[in-house]
Amino acid sequence: MATSPRATQKKFEPWTEPDAKPYVRIEKVTKKFGDFVAVDDVTLDIYKKEIFCLLGASGCGKTTLLRMLAGFERPTSGRIYIDGVDMTAIPPYERPVNMMFQSYAIFPHMSVEQNVAFGLRQEGVPKAETARRVGEMLELVKLGQFAKRKPHQLSGGQRQRVALARSLVKKPKLLLLDEPLAALDKKLREHTQFELINIQETLGVTFIVVTHDQEEAMTLSTRIGLMNHGEIVQVGTPSEIYEYPSSRFVAEFIGSVNTFEGRLIEDEPSYVRIACDDLEAPIYVDHGVSSAPGATVWAAIRPEKIHLSRGKPEGADNWAAAVVRDIAYMGDMSIYLLKLDSGKVVRVTQPNVHRHSDDRITWDERVYLHWYPESPVVVTK
Amino acid sequence: MNRVLKRLGLTGQGLVTSVPYLWLVLFFLVPFVIVLKISFSTAAIAMPPYAPLLHWVSEKVVQVQLDFSNFMFLVEDNLYWKAYLNSIMVAAISTILCLLIGYPIAYSIARSPPSSRNILMLMIVLPFWTSFLLRVYAWIGILKQNGLLNNTLMWLGVIHEPLQIMQTYTAVYIGIVYSYLPFMILPLYANLEKMDLTLLEAASDLGCKPWQAFYKITLPLSQPGIVAGCLLVFIPAVGEFVIPSLLGSPGMLMIGKVLWTEFFNNRDWPVASAVAIALLMFLVIPIMYYQRAQDAEAGGGLHR
Repeated sequence: MATSPRATQKKFEPWTEPDAKPYVRIEKVTKKFGDFVAVDDVTLDIYKKEIFCLLGASGCGKTTLLRMLAGFERPTSGRIYIDGVDMTAIPPYERPVNMMFQSYAIFPHMSVEQNVAFGLRQEGVPKAETARRVGEMLELVKLGQFAKRKPHQLSGGQRQRVALARSLVKKPKLLLLDEPLAALDKKLREHTQFELINIQETLGVTFIVVTHDQEEAMTLSTRIGLMNHGEIVQVGTPSEIYEYPSSRFVAEFIGSVNTFEGRLIEDEPSYVRIACDDLEAPIYVDHGVSSAPGATVWAAIRPEKIHLSRGKPEGADNWAAAVVRDIAYMGDMSIYLLKLDSGKVVRVTQPNVHRHSDDRITWDERVYLHWYPESPVVVTK
Repeated sequence: MNRVLKRLGLTGQGLVTSVPYLWLVLFFLVPFVIVLKISFSTAAIAMPPYAPLLHWVSEKVVQVQLDFSNFMFLVEDNLYWKAYLNSIMVAAISTILCLLIGYPIAYSIARSPPSSRNILMLMIVLPFWTSFLLRVYAWIGILKQNGLLNNTLMWLGVIHEPLQIMQTYTAVYIGIVYSYLPFMILPLYANLEKMDLTLLEAASDLGCKPWQAFYKITLPLSQPGIVAGCLLVFIPAVGEFVIPSLLGSPGMLMIGKVLWTEFFNNRDWPVASAVAIALLMFLVIPIMYYQRAQDAEAGGGLHR
C-alpha cells in the first residue's frame, strides 16, 4: 500500500465527534434505470473538508451516485442535502457543486484561460475579478504560462489540471471528481495524488472522489465508502477498511488476503478458536466475535502478517505447514505462494530487509507459516 | 509488374496517391483549361464557333491572340452584373433558409436514440432515389394555380383566390431549399453526432442553462458542419439552372440561365466561357480566403 500523507497530519476525524454536522447528507437514495437498480438505498454523511472516496468495481453505482450529487441524474427516491439545503430537485447549473469529469470535458474551442474563466463569466463575476481569480487558479495548478494555449496543445497531465482549475475556480462547496487520475500514467498519477491533497488543503473544499483504484482511494481519502451492487458495503478510514473489513467482500476487494473458512470451536468474550478444514492447527484470535455458535465464519489474514520459518513454531495454534510453489521478487518485498497440505494456496509477503542473503527460503522448500493472535480478522459474511 | 513500376519510377504507394490527382487533372484541370482557352478567344462562325488562339505565323513562330473583350463585355453590360448579384442573393437566401430548417433537423436526429438515427438519416437521403427533375416537376403540380396547395387551401376556406406562387421567387426558394436541404443536413449531422455530450454536462455544471450551453458550446463546435453545409448548398445554388427555369418566371435574371442562353441560343461560346470563369472566381476566391484563415488559426497556434 502507498503511504498516506494523512498519517503525518494532526487528527482530522469529524465523523467521530458527536456534535459535528454532516456537510453532505445522502438520505436513503435509490436510483433505478428501468428495472436495474443502480444505487440501492444509500445513506451517507460526509463532513466539511473531507476527501471522501467512493470506491468500487465498474458498475457498482458509484458514478451514478456522483452524478446525482452533481444534478445530472435525479434520485428515484431519497433526498440529497448539501450544507443543509435540499438539493434533490435543483438542476446542475444552480448547485454550489462542481465536477471534474473523467474525460476532463475541456471545451476544445476555448483557450486554457477561457475554459477556467467560463464558470465565472456565467456567474456574471466582474471582468477584473475574473481575471484575477483565473490567474491565481492557474498559478495554483502550475499552468500560468499555458494560459493562452488551446486544449489540443496540452499534455494529458496539463489537461487534467485545466479541468481541476476550471472546477475549483467557482469556489464550490463540494467538488466531485470522477476517476480524476485514471487517464494519467503511473508516475504522474502518484505525483498528482499528493498535489491534489495539497490543493484541497489550501482551498479547504470538500472533495468526493469516485475511483476504482484502491491505492488511489487509500492515498487520497480521509474516508472510503466501498460500494458493491449499488449499496455501500462499508464506510471507514483507509486503515479501518484495510485492517477491520466488515465482510469477506471488503477484505478481498482491498489489498490481497487469505481467507480460511471454519467454525467456532471456542467462543469466549476475550478470545475465539476456529477450526478450519484447510489447516491442521486451529486459528486463535485474541478478541471476541459476535456470531451464532456453530455458524460458519471466515478468518482473513493479510499476506504481510504471516511469517515464514523452517522450524515448527511453538504453540498449538496459528500455524500451518506448506511447500513453496512460487516466489515473485518485487524489490522491496517478495511474494511467496505456498501450497498447504490441503491443497489451498496461501499468499505471503516478506520484506527484503537485507540486500543479500544466501539463506533465503526458496522454491520447493517445506516451511511453516505462523501469525499472531491479533492478525486474523473474523468476518461472518 | 514490380520491375515495370520501378523502371517507370513509381511505387505502389505513389500509384495509390496519384489516383485523386489523375482524376482531378482529367476531369477538372483539363476541362477548366479548355473553358479558359475558349473564354479568351474570339467568336466566329465556325465549327466550333470560335477562332483558334494560336496562329502559326511562320514555321517557328507562334502567335497567341488573347481576346479580353469577352470579359470586358461582362463588365460593360450590366445584365451580367445583375444576373450575378441576383444569383448570389437567391443562393444566399436559400442557404440561410436551408440552415434554419436543416440545423434543427440535424440536431434532433443526432440527439435521438442511436437505433433510430440511421433510419432517420436514410429518410433524409431517400428523395435522392427519385430523379431530381421529376421532383422539381412535382412541385409545379403542387404550386400551380389549380395545384394541390391552392386547391387544399381553398377547400379548407383559408383563401378564396388561388395564390400566385409559381413563377415567383417564393417558388424558386421552395425548389432550391427542398432540393438542397439534404446537403445541409448531412455534414451538420455528421458534426453534431460526434460531439462529446459531456461538454454540455460540463457547461451545465459551470452554470449554463440548456439554451446557454447550446449557444456557447454546441453552436461554436458545430461551426465546421455549418460551413460545410452552407458551401454545399450555396455553390450549386448560385449556378442553378433547372429550378429557376421550371419554377421561376422567364424574366428572372439568374447566371445559370444567362450562361445557357449565351451558349445555346446565342451560340457565343467565348462569352459563355467567360461567364463561367468569372462565376468560378467569384466562388473560389472567398472559399480560399476562408480556408487560409482556418489553417492560420489551427497552424499558428501550434507554433506558438
